[in-house]
Amino acid sequence: MSEQINIYLCGVGGQGIGLLSEAVLRAYDHAGCQVRGVDTHGLAQRGGIVRSHIRVGEGVFSPLNEPGRVDIVLALERTEALRGARDYLRPGGLLVYYDAYWQALPIRLGEAEDVTGSDIELLAGRQKLRVERVYRSDLADPRTQNMALLSHAVSGGYLPGLKAPHVKAALQDLLPEKLYEKNVVFLE
Amino acid sequence: MKQLGELLIQQEAFSEIMMGNSAVVRAMVEEGTRVVTAYPGSPTPEIGGAIMSIQEEQRPFYFEFSVNEKVATEVAFGASVNGHLSTVFKSVGLNVAADSFVQLPLMELVGGMVIIIGDDPGANSSQNEQDNRHYARMAYCPVFEPGDPQEVYEMYRDAAKLSKEMKMPVILRLSTHICHAKARVSFGPYEPREASREPRFDPENGPYIPLTEKALRMKRRALEKLDRVAEYAENSPLNRLDDNGNKRMGVVAGGLPYYSLLDVLFGASTRPDIFKLAMSYPLPRQRLAEFCRSHDEVLVLEELDPIIEGELKAIAFDEGISVKICGKGEREDLIGEYKPAKTRRILSRRWPQLLPAEEEQSAATELAVPERPPQMCPGCGHRSAFHAIKRVIKKDIISVADIGCHTLGALPPYNMGQVLLCMGHSNGTGSGLSLFNDSRNVITFIGDSTFFHAGLPGVANSVYNDHNITLIILLNDTTAMTGHQDHPGTGKTTHAGVGQKIKVRSVLEGLGVKHIGETDTYNQKRLGELLKEAMEIEGFTAVIARHPCMLKFTRERRRAGHTIQTQAAIDQETCNQIHHCVGLFACPSFVRHPGGQVTVNQDLCIGDGSCLQTCPVNAIELKKVDEQ
Repeated sequence: MSEQINIYLCGVGGQGIGLLSEAVLRAYDHAGCQVRGVDTHGLAQRGGIVRSHIRVGEGVFSPLNEPGRVDIVLALERTEALRGARDYLRPGGLLVYYDAYWQALPIRLGEAEDVTGSDIELLAGRQKLRVERVYRSDLADPRTQNMALLSHAVSGGYLPGLKAPHVKAALQDLLPEKLYEKNVVFLE
Repeated sequence: MKQLGELLIQQEAFSEIMMGNSAVVRAMVEEGTRVVTAYPGSPTPEIGGAIMSIQEEQRPFYFEFSVNEKVATEVAFGASVNGHLSTVFKSVGLNVAADSFVQLPLMELVGGMVIIIGDDPGANSSQNEQDNRHYARMAYCPVFEPGDPQEVYEMYRDAAKLSKEMKMPVILRLSTHICHAKARVSFGPYEPREASREPRFDPENGPYIPLTEKALRMKRRALEKLDRVAEYAENSPLNRLDDNGNKRMGVVAGGLPYYSLLDVLFGASTRPDIFKLAMSYPLPRQRLAEFCRSHDEVLVLEELDPIIEGELKAIAFDEGISVKICGKGEREDLIGEYKPAKTRRILSRRWPQLLPAEEEQSAATELAVPERPPQMCPGCGHRSAFHAIKRVIKKDIISVADIGCHTLGALPPYNMGQVLLCMGHSNGTGSGLSLFNDSRNVITFIGDSTFFHAGLPGVANSVYNDHNITLIILLNDTTAMTGHQDHPGTGKTTHAGVGQKIKVRSVLEGLGVKHIGETDTYNQKRLGELLKEAMEIEGFTAVIARHPCMLKFTRERRRAGHTIQTQAAIDQETCNQIHHCVGLFACPSFVRHPGGQVTVNQDLCIGDGSCLQTCPVNAIELKKVDEQ
């Protein structure tokens, strides 16, 4: 693959961004691409914003994306989808987000208003973004939301160059057998 | 599943996707490192995680989490003068270790010693972004600066070899996004070697006692070694020229800024020549002079302080070279990381024609998104503590924060902890605040790991000098913020199973603290009473507010196959929308709806029930998960 693909992943600490990010990174590696990435660690993981960068292709040297130059934002939560798309996505870029909603502190304190789907529509209109909302009411375990998002992104062809077998191979690298079985069903 | 621990000690050469913090452990293994010590702190705690992924009986070296960075440095030093290659890794701030660290280059370290520093330009998770390269110069200690995981692995190996050869400490300086960067790394083979158990310490290798004229003799020896390292730097292929045939523009860069530079230059029609600096101390003087001589303008790309810039200007001046050397152009250049975006701005400011013009920032950035500061987790015992404390203190109280998850108490809505310097400062700072102060109570906070790390001298001082403050020890039986490492209070070690558990209460009693209250923080009423009682007593008092870290607890329960049985629910008929639960106690599990109704986010609630007592009308109840 000669073209660069710049991906920014975000969500709230505790949602499983780490596994999602490592799975995408390794899937691109299994697809034969040169790939670099970096995750947030430390205090931010305690209910704060968690961010990951993944950069694929030739001419990628830094693991960090530049704001406003990212092709794809993968988000696990609505507020962070809005923030991530606003700060990182290039005009015309693609936002794929799982529509979980973890209310941010100022809203719980009564100091700000809820973030809704129409905020995302507004941003998408201004920036000519493509938006894919993912939500599944049948998820027994909220910790599988990351896999629901990933399977939607892969099956919809939203991650150029990635096919289900690449992701399966990545998950096989990362998860013990029982957890692998639990997660891989999303890719069947 | 690929097991990191097995990969790290695999004998055949291999390549694997790895983060910088893991890649460096493979380098330790290959180089025959014998002793590794650390105190956990971002951005390096995953080095400890990677080490512990190797089964203890297969681990080719000794590893410990020491009680603080200074002790960790001393343990590594002792091992090195006994003939073992040792490594200490620490987070930002050599400060705690500085007293011992500055002596190391004066010593003959027969086993060698690599000091891994995780600096934090951008203060991603530190209280400042200090530039630790200053320390290296103060102590005459060489510095390698890798920029990606492959280089982290390679340069540890170079640093270890140089250290053993020179019998001096060598710094491997990483930074946050090098520690955590992930890429495919190629590793060499690992040949296990028979490790000697013979203690080789011999005072004849010294002198090791820097008294009187010996201190100067030892300094002279350190300077001689540094001259030899300067020669090494001059000849090292790691310091290299990326020759793009540009006689006008040259850039000197290393570490993360070097990779940011390559990134923004990708596809550019004109590229400056680049001097890639792998060693930032001592500098390869002759080669840098030659680089200056052969270019009209040289730009130094370095994060934080203009250290290389200053030295390069001195070199050019001394050598009489006519070249324009630039570095820090404005104050903001001294602040934060040199990520690609910042590097692009700096480069464009210096050479406006080099890169395509920046597109105008769109109107998108005007769209407001609510802030999301980090939070204490659902069920966190600290939340119960802060909530209880806030209810019994006077408005004008002075509260002193310390470092740990409980620092988050300083954020709304708790606002507990109003001043913070560094690890373990709270009791000393609180003592000063109590002087000439007859009207405002002073309370100080500290966590259990920090208590052992740097809190003890402050407590001894308060007892000895009889300061009128109340210390609240937030005890959660782990080092939670950096990823749940053990400490002396847990009694578990990183090696050989169980160590001796040191009880915080016994330590306080041993130090002579006369009044000690203690309760589980979930008993909020009791905690409030204990604090009131303690504050009314003149002199130094302590309250131990304990509850195990619930993030750790729920993870362990989940791994053992348990699921959450009950969750909080709000009885909407009883609820008066007083909002204590969501607005004052502020567990992230509560959701406030536009009409004022409150519900519980079932993705988040762990069913701990610590919120029940916060509702004045008892509208919160625990319900079985399947009944909700």
